[in-house]
Amino acid sequence: MDRLVFLLSAGLARGAVLALFALSLVIVWRAARVVNFAQAAMAVTAVYAAFAVTSATGSYWAGLATGLATGALLGAAAERGLMRRLPHHAPLPGIIVAIGLVMVLQSGLAIAFGPEHRPMHPPFSERPFMIGGVPVLSPYDLFVLIAAAAVMGALALLFSRTSLGLQLRAAAFAPETSRLLGVRVPRMVTLGWALAVATASLAALLLVPTELGLNPHAADLLFVNAFAVAVIGGLDSPVGALLSGIGVGLLVSLVTGYASASAAPLAVLGLMTLVLLVRPGGVFAPKEARTA
Amino acid sequence: MKTPLRALLLTALAIAATFGLDPFRNYQLATTAACFAAVAGLTVLVGLTGQLSLGHAVLMAAGGYGFAFTASAVDGPWPLALLAGLAAAVIVSGLLGLLLGMAAARLRGPYLAGLTLALVIALPSAANALPLGGDQGARAPFFAVPEALSALIAVEQWHAWLAIAISALAVTPLVMLRSGRAGLRMRAVLDDETAAKLSGVDPGLVKAGAFVASAVPAGLGGAILAVATQQVTPGGYGLAFSLLLVVAAVVGGLGSIGGALIGSVLVVVLPWVVDQLVGALPADLGQRLNGNLAVLLFGAGLIAMTLAWPGGVARLLDRLRAARPKRRAPAADTGR
Repeated sequence: MDRLVFLLSAGLARGAVLALFALSLVIVWRAARVVNFAQAAMAVTAVYAAFAVTSATGSYWAGLATGLATGALLGAAAERGLMRRLPHHAPLPGIIVAIGLVMVLQSGLAIAFGPEHRPMHPPFSERPFMIGGVPVLSPYDLFVLIAAAAVMGALALLFSRTSLGLQLRAAAFAPETSRLLGVRVPRMVTLGWALAVATASLAALLLVPTELGLNPHAADLLFVNAFAVAVIGGLDSPVGALLSGIGVGLLVSLVTGYASASAAPLAVLGLMTLVLLVRPGGVFAPKEARTA
Repeated sequence: MKTPLRALLLTALAIAATFGLDPFRNYQLATTAACFAAVAGLTVLVGLTGQLSLGHAVLMAAGGYGFAFTASAVDGPWPLALLAGLAAAVIVSGLLGLLLGMAAARLRGPYLAGLTLALVIALPSAANALPLGGDQGARAPFFAVPEALSALIAVEQWHAWLAIAISALAVTPLVMLRSGRAGLRMRAVLDDETAAKLSGVDPGLVKAGAFVASAVPAGLGGAILAVATQQVTPGGYGLAFSLLLVVAAVVGGLGSIGGALIGSVLVVVLPWVVDQLVGALPADLGQRLNGNLAVLLFGAGLIAMTLAWPGGVARLLDRLRAARPKRRAPAADTGR
């Protein structure tokens, strides 16, 4: 029972990070109708920037701010410099360019910083609170949960309550009509990319201190799991990303705890395959129009 | 019957070429042959049906494991063990390809790429969770040089011969499939699924079939690597290798078999050349650049190719050929 409570609480923090990263995939999908396969590499680049600033100044918060800014800049630069120049009728060129970007960023980071794992320290203790003799969330887990919830709440407000959010949604939903109505569609797409990669960078920044250390491949598994989450929830659905993120986080934690760490990727793969075969649009997606 | 003849001629040429190479070059030639088989499968899949698989390394691994376990279990003369292993490689990779193809038939671009990516990431876990020998992998039998030839050639050259022969067996049917009726159906589904459906072509069936046709050469490629290295490890078929296959297919030109050959030579030879050059640099810098610089170049090449020449090297060569004054009748070129 103690073990179950501990695993569930650890899974909750893990799920929050997954949901955040999945949300970043959903944002970019809704803004530009592409899955950004370079999201993990871009997020790790931002984490390296944060790491460099934190080790230079000694302040975690300066590093965090730098990481988020780097992520936003990278997202905007990738959209302006690469994605915009591609044909839009097929998803293939976008995916291939993103893969090229992954290779460039990851090998570039390995060349610049060396291939070894750099330890990153969390700003709060990772020793869990004891409630009635049962270990539950650590202060850092709590920080992760609060940060993720705050960012998701802010994004929800941005998209549903502000004029900018309305423009973002309109530009993604009906680009030509919104352009006629005065929305600067290309700028909105760039902004969507910047928002998405900044969110992904935050997820990676929250994750890396709990893992083995910072290296160019630190977010690869996060991307794969978050992609699974986004697919399970439906690439169009932010709420789906949140719910299935928590669900997959709990699943990974339970499988790791009760079976083995190596069974967790298989469990996620199995779940994703099942959802793709039964409901290809995701669990929370509306019904698709017929094609023929 | 033009394709089998041409394949036979190219195979003979490649085997003749092994006499001019030292043992290490022959080993590289065997690796190139393995990549060629896998990349040929991938390039037909992506170029003709538009389905991007990031997981062809896993299909290679499936073929490699099938080959290693079956060939080790067969207690008989070496040709029997080899053939049994190859048959197992075809069956295992074909079945995995069928599973993926059935999923692919229902999925579009990013979903399939993500699913196959998850498959690559899960391979080390699968190697530990299933009875596949964990991180150590499986041992494949060693094929010694037959006695009649042992005075003539070294073991690396013999393995290069086997590699060339298996690769020819893997790619030739694919070429025939591509230029035949099946290739036409794949192109029809890629161009317009609804129109294809109205013409009586079942897109799901075509996509699943294309995946199987692409998985089997990849599996045989894995078998070639098992022959050349005598082992199959999950670490050898990681994400980096899988992405290299995509690089080879894109840089060579999606859909082109000749391009696949150019691409596979590139992904085997360029990292080696770069590492040779980097070895001359001071130790610290050299260690950082080692292995990474080649990946950086490949990534940049992938981006540049997609932005500037989406047809890859094959299209570029075609264009050069077209720019040259023609001496033959244009009809002579339709057999490709």
